[in-house]
Amino acid sequence: MTTPIEIRSAPHVQSAKTVEMIMRHVVYSLLPICAFYVFQYGVSALASIIVVTGACLLTERFFVGTGTQAGRLSDYSAVITGLLLALTLPPGFPLWMGAVAGIVAIALGKALFGGIGFNVFNPALVGRAFVQAAFPTAIATYTPSFLPGRFTEFIPSTLALPLMIPADPASWLKAKSLDALAGATPLAKWKFDGVLANADELLTSLSGHMAVGPSPLLILVCGAYLASRRFMDWRIPLAILGSAALTASLLYAFDAARYPNPFFMLFSGGLILGAVYMATDMATSPVTPKGMWVYGALIGLLTVVIRYYSGLPEGVMYAILIANAASPLIERITQPVPFGRGVLDRVKKRATYPLNPGYISREEANAVTPKKRFLPNKPKK
Amino acid sequence: MSAAAPQTWDEFMEGVWKQNPTFVMILGMCPTLAVTVSAINAISMGLSTALVLIASCGLVSMMRNVTPKEVRIAVYIVIIATFVTAVDYAIQAISLALYDALGAFIQLIVVNCIILGRAEAHAAKNPPWPAMVNAAGMGVGFTIGLLALGVVREILGAGTLFGISLFGVGFQPWVIMVLPPGGFFVLGAWLLFFSWLERRKLRRQSSATEVAHHV
Repeated sequence: MTTPIEIRSAPHVQSAKTVEMIMRHVVYSLLPICAFYVFQYGVSALASIIVVTGACLLTERFFVGTGTQAGRLSDYSAVITGLLLALTLPPGFPLWMGAVAGIVAIALGKALFGGIGFNVFNPALVGRAFVQAAFPTAIATYTPSFLPGRFTEFIPSTLALPLMIPADPASWLKAKSLDALAGATPLAKWKFDGVLANADELLTSLSGHMAVGPSPLLILVCGAYLASRRFMDWRIPLAILGSAALTASLLYAFDAARYPNPFFMLFSGGLILGAVYMATDMATSPVTPKGMWVYGALIGLLTVVIRYYSGLPEGVMYAILIANAASPLIERITQPVPFGRGVLDRVKKRATYPLNPGYISREEANAVTPKKRFLPNKPKK
Repeated sequence: MSAAAPQTWDEFMEGVWKQNPTFVMILGMCPTLAVTVSAINAISMGLSTALVLIASCGLVSMMRNVTPKEVRIAVYIVIIATFVTAVDYAIQAISLALYDALGAFIQLIVVNCIILGRAEAHAAKNPPWPAMVNAAGMGVGFTIGLLALGVVREILGAGTLFGISLFGVGFQPWVIMVLPPGGFFVLGAWLLFFSWLERRKLRRQSSATEVAHHV
């Protein structure tokens, strides 16, 4: 009799999954990718990761300190933003520009909307889009991976003074007897020079001096871990890769000489990283299962279209940002049918609401509105 | 006379600070976002708008008793367009480079909502002197708004201020600041800054009255 009965509203079943726990595991899964990236590019990559993540954390700390946004510094979300942002930037990206990207990512991409869970766009991509527009030369300057002496020597553009133009790594590469073209990414080589990279170069990036981002296979493995632990929905990456592969193979079948093979489309550039880690951001992607397929398909299609038909070699970032903007609409048109509503009476004509075919107005459903009863006013004392 | 002076000053400061056209009323966004890529463009745009504003508000106010109500907008537009044409030719005569930089936005002062709004809301109901003082305040406020945007966008977008290099030859320009998105970002940042100032003032006032109540 002495134990009190606890009465409270739903949810009654609790899971051990909290935001902090999910975010922590995403960070764990990003660590091998970061380690491989550092192994690929040396100290410059390490400095870039540290500075960008540090800028994100300091900005987050400032905005959390003002008390105007949700979330805490310890929820690891700013760490994820910083790591992902660093992975999408070129390894020799000047550190001061990396800091600008990190500050913009958190301030513009997250804090302005109210903090964790309220952001409309993926913060890391907002930061990257800003520096892409502000410093178009620096962000397109890649250096080859696996250079000798990469662990003892910075790429010269890394250490540019704040607000100053970074040094062009072309002369630095020449001193290492590599031509400047060695620094171009596979996508840029394909777009501007018509050179297609081979599959083994793209997948492992251990051969030659290809300038490629973090290895796609490693990202897929880490993503599979996250999906298996249900920290991430498998539908979104699958939909993105499937739709990109479908679009690319249709075009390849149409004109094999003009368009590269679908395999190259999938494994070059940042498509895998974007599909696994950026498009799956919970706050900016739809929650309905059907909506996830639509969202992913949209990203895959837009990526291939931007890569083929625009002036830019890479289109993943803009594709994801556009789909982020569309995801509230996608959610509205893909609302699942509530349990208990049969197939026969699912849609009533005349009663459809343009954005949600399953909607039936109260009047159509012959619902009786209960009469409103007003309580008498409390007598004034 | 001595009693009238502070009232006139208040009238002037109304447009500069309390009802600043750019940061409080958010009017005239088209020139604000389009021509503020450099401080010199911003200040000349602001000054030409201010000139047109003062002159046309004065004339509208002088003619307020003879203007038929039904055609007042047409009358205002004709008055404003006259002064805009004069300013347009004057700028062309002073500096052709500046004229090219400002482009169509000088002619577009005709349809600037600040000027028509002032003519309709203030000049048409007040004698010439207060109307012109109010217009001058609005003009200065608009110039300050444009200058605030222009300075930030020029420093980051070109590394210069009024054409004078600030950081030496190695400066990396932020291309985005010269592009339209830069205008939106800088405007948003200034709006945030001013609303933060305003909130801080309110907070201090309320805490001060609270303390007074407790004492």
